[in-house]
Amino acid sequence: MPKDELKDAYKLIGTRPNRPDGLDKVTGRARYGADFLVPNMLWASVVRSPHAHARIVKIDASKALALDGVKAVVTRADLPTGLEGEDLNLQDNTLAGEFALYDGHAVAAVAATSQLIAHDAARLIEVDYEILPHVIDVDDAIRPDAPVVRKGAADASVPEGSPPNVVRQMDFGHGDVEAGFKAADLVMEQTFRTEATHQGYIEPHACVGQLGADGKGDMWLCTQGQWYIRRMSAAVLGLEAAQLRVTPSEIGGGFGGKTTIFSEPIALALSRKAGGRPVKLVMSRAEVLRATGPTASASMDVKIGMTKDGRITAASVVFRMQGGAFVGMSPVGEALSCAFACYDIPAVHHMGYEVLANRPKAAAYRAPGSPMAAFAVESLVDELCRELKLDPIDVRLKNGAREGTKASYGPKYKQIGLVETLEAAKAHPNYQVKLGPNQGRGVASGFWFNHGGETSVSVALSEDGTVQVSIGTPDIGGLRASVGLMAAETYGIPFEDVRVNVVETGALGVNEPSHGSRATFANGKALHEAANQTIKEMCRRAAKKWGIEPDAVEWADGAARPAGDNAGKFPPMTIAEIAVGMGASGGPIAGHHEVTMGGAGASFGTHVVDVEVDPETGRTTILRYLVVQDAGRAIHPSYVEGQYQGGAAQGIGWALNEEYVYGKDGRLQNPLFLDYRVPVASDLPMIDTVIVEVPNPGHPYGVRGVGETGITPPLPAVANAIAAATGVRMRHLPMSPPKVLAAIKAKKGG
Amino acid sequence: MVEVNLWSGLRRFTGGEQVVTVEATTIGEMLDALIAAHPGLEPFLGDGMTVAVDGEVITAQRDAPVSEESEIFLMQRLKGG
Repeated sequence: MPKDELKDAYKLIGTRPNRPDGLDKVTGRARYGADFLVPNMLWASVVRSPHAHARIVKIDASKALALDGVKAVVTRADLPTGLEGEDLNLQDNTLAGEFALYDGHAVAAVAATSQLIAHDAARLIEVDYEILPHVIDVDDAIRPDAPVVRKGAADASVPEGSPPNVVRQMDFGHGDVEAGFKAADLVMEQTFRTEATHQGYIEPHACVGQLGADGKGDMWLCTQGQWYIRRMSAAVLGLEAAQLRVTPSEIGGGFGGKTTIFSEPIALALSRKAGGRPVKLVMSRAEVLRATGPTASASMDVKIGMTKDGRITAASVVFRMQGGAFVGMSPVGEALSCAFACYDIPAVHHMGYEVLANRPKAAAYRAPGSPMAAFAVESLVDELCRELKLDPIDVRLKNGAREGTKASYGPKYKQIGLVETLEAAKAHPNYQVKLGPNQGRGVASGFWFNHGGETSVSVALSEDGTVQVSIGTPDIGGLRASVGLMAAETYGIPFEDVRVNVVETGALGVNEPSHGSRATFANGKALHEAANQTIKEMCRRAAKKWGIEPDAVEWADGAARPAGDNAGKFPPMTIAEIAVGMGASGGPIAGHHEVTMGGAGASFGTHVVDVEVDPETGRTTILRYLVVQDAGRAIHPSYVEGQYQGGAAQGIGWALNEEYVYGKDGRLQNPLFLDYRVPVASDLPMIDTVIVEVPNPGHPYGVRGVGETGITPPLPAVANAIAAATGVRMRHLPMSPPKVLAAIKAKKGG
Repeated sequence: MVEVNLWSGLRRFTGGEQVVTVEATTIGEMLDALIAAHPGLEPFLGDGMTVAVDGEVITAQRDAPVSEESEIFLMQRLKGG
C-alpha cells in the first residue's frame, strides 16, 4: 500500500475515542484473575523448594492432610508419566519430579477451605532434600567443570565434548568477516553483560480451576493466551483439550510472561483430587518473582569494524545466555537475529550458546533477546562513534537497513521504516537541547520481527444493526479499541456501535496468545475478512429486496447502495434496516475468518535520552526521553503512544535498577518490589513520542505491531547517555548508583 | 527446484553446503525433501525453526508456496512476548 494512499484515507482509524474498558477499570468493576469467585471454592497453597538444586528424597503430607479443612494434596506422583519435549518441561516446572531445579520450584500443593488453612497446611508438608551443587551465573554455568544442571540435555546442535550445561549452539552469517575487519580504520571488541529481569506485571498470576473425574473442566485466569493455557494444561494433566474450557479475565500486565503456564495445572489437579470442587490459586509477589518466567541473563562479546567516515565494514557477536534449568527457554536465537538487524553490513557472523543454570524457567519478555543484543551492539556502535567523533544518528543513517537491504539474519527487507525514525529523531527538538554539566545524551535504535500467527475471529450483526466482534486474544494494550475502530471503519458505522469481546476457548477456533506484537495486526486482518463476508451478505439481501443482481450493489458509509444509475434507483439500505429484518430475509448474519496469518511487517525504532548523573552518588536522572517508532499505521494513536512509553519505561528499569540478586546459596535475595526496583512515576519524565507511519503492505490498514520494539533501545541509549555524561562506559547492567559511582571513582583514580 | 539458505551450523549435516537445492512447491514439501536428502537435519526442522520466504518470516505454515524465484532462509526459532 503506497504511503500517500494511507494518509487521511480513513474516517475513524487514527482517531482517539475513549477506551471501551475505561469505565470498568476506573470504577473497579473490571474483573481480574484474583477477582473471580465461585461457590464451594477451595484455596490452594504451593510448597516450594528453598534450595537451588536438590534431590527430592521424600514428601510426607500426612500432617497436612490431618488438618481440619484440608481437602487435597498433590505432588508429581499425581501427574501422568510419559511426556516428552516441551510438554515434559512444562510438567517438570509445574511440579518437580526427582529434582528441585531452582529456588522456588514447586514441589507439592494443598487445597483447603480457606486461604489461611491452605497456607498452614503447606507448612505441615515435610520434604526431605539432598542438596546438590548449583550454578547461577551464565559465565560460571558454561565452564567445563560447572555443576551439571541436567545430564544429557543438549540437543544435536552441540558438539561432543562441549561444557555440560551447553544445551544449544548456533551460528550463522554472511560475507567475509575477516576481510571486513581488515578494511576498517577502527575495530573495537568488548564484552557486555545483562542480568535477568522480570516482566514486572502488577497483577500476579491467579486462576480458578475446576476439574471433574470425568475429565471435563473449566479454568478462569489472567493470561495472554487462553488456548495456550488449555493446550499446555491438558498436556501436563493428560486431558483432552476440548474438554477443558479456559476463560480469560482482564489482565494487569503480561509482557510475554503470561503466554505459558506455571502453577495453573496445580489448581486443576487439586480440584480433581478434591472431588471436582473449584480451586483458587493466587501467587504472592514473592512466588511470581521466584517461580515465574524472568528473562535470560546474558554475557556477550561484540566486535565491529568501522571506517573513518562511519561505514561499518564487518561485525561479529558471541552470545551466551541462560534461561533457567529448562532447555529451549533462552532467547539466544532471537538475540542473535536481532543483533545487527538495524544495519546494512556486508559481512556479519553470529555465534550463540544456550546454557542451563539453576534458575526459574524463563518466559518470553517483550522482544525476547533483542534488548540484550541491542545493549551490546548499540553500546559498541556508540563507542566507535565517539572514538571517531561521528554523530551517532548520522552513522546509523549511513549504515541503516532499508527496503531491499539483506538483513543480518538472511532475507531482504520489504518496506521498513528505520531511516524514517532516525530522520524524525534528528529533527526533534529534544536532539537540539543544549546540555549542562554532568549531563549526557544517548541514542540507540532497535528492532523486532513482529508476528502473525494462528488467528480466529468472528463478527455478528445484532438485531438493531450494531456489531459484535469476538476475538480470542486478551486485550493487553488497547486491542478492543483498535479492533473496534477497524470494524467501524470497515462497516462505515460509529465506533460506539461496535462491541469487541475477548472470548473463551469454546467460542472460536484456536488463537495464539497476544504475543509477538501480533494482536492488532492479526485480529485486524482477520476481522477485515470476516466483516467483508457480512457486507457481501448484506449486499446480497438488499439486492434480493430490490430485485437486482448482488453485483449491482455496493457498500458505503454503513449502507447498501445501488452501484451506479444502471443498477436502479433505490434509497440506501442501512445496516440497521438490514439487521432488523435478517431473521425473515434468510437468518442471522455473521462472518468469521481463520488463518495462520502472514504479512507481519518488521518494526524499528530510535530513542534519544538525556540524563544527568550525580557524581557524588552515581544516581542517574532521566531528564528527557524520546521514542520514535514506525507503527505502519496507528489505529488508535493514544494506545500506540502508550506502548512506546511503556516499552521505554521497562527498558529504563532494566538499564538502571532491575536485576535478580542471588546469594551464594543460590536463593533469590530480592523477591519483592521493595528490593526488585522497577521504575515508578516519580523516576521518569513524560516520555515524548513520535509515531512514524511507513505502512505495512501485508495488512489492509497498513498496521505493524508496536508492542515490543520499544523496550529494545533504552538499555543502550541510557548507557550511551551515561557514558556521555561521565566519561565512563558501563558494560554490565544494571547501571545502579553504586556501580556508576564505583566506575566514576575508578576513572578518577586512574 | 528451490534454493534453501541454511544457517551455518547446519553445514555439518549437509556435507558442508550452506545453500541446498530441493524439489518443492510448498514449505512442507521443502522441509520433507531436506530431511530426505540430509537426514541429520531432522532434529532442527521442527518446532525450533522459522522459515523466511521473500523477506517474510513464516512459522508453522507448511502449505505456504515456494518457487524457484523464492528467496528462502531457515532461521532460528522466534518467540515473541
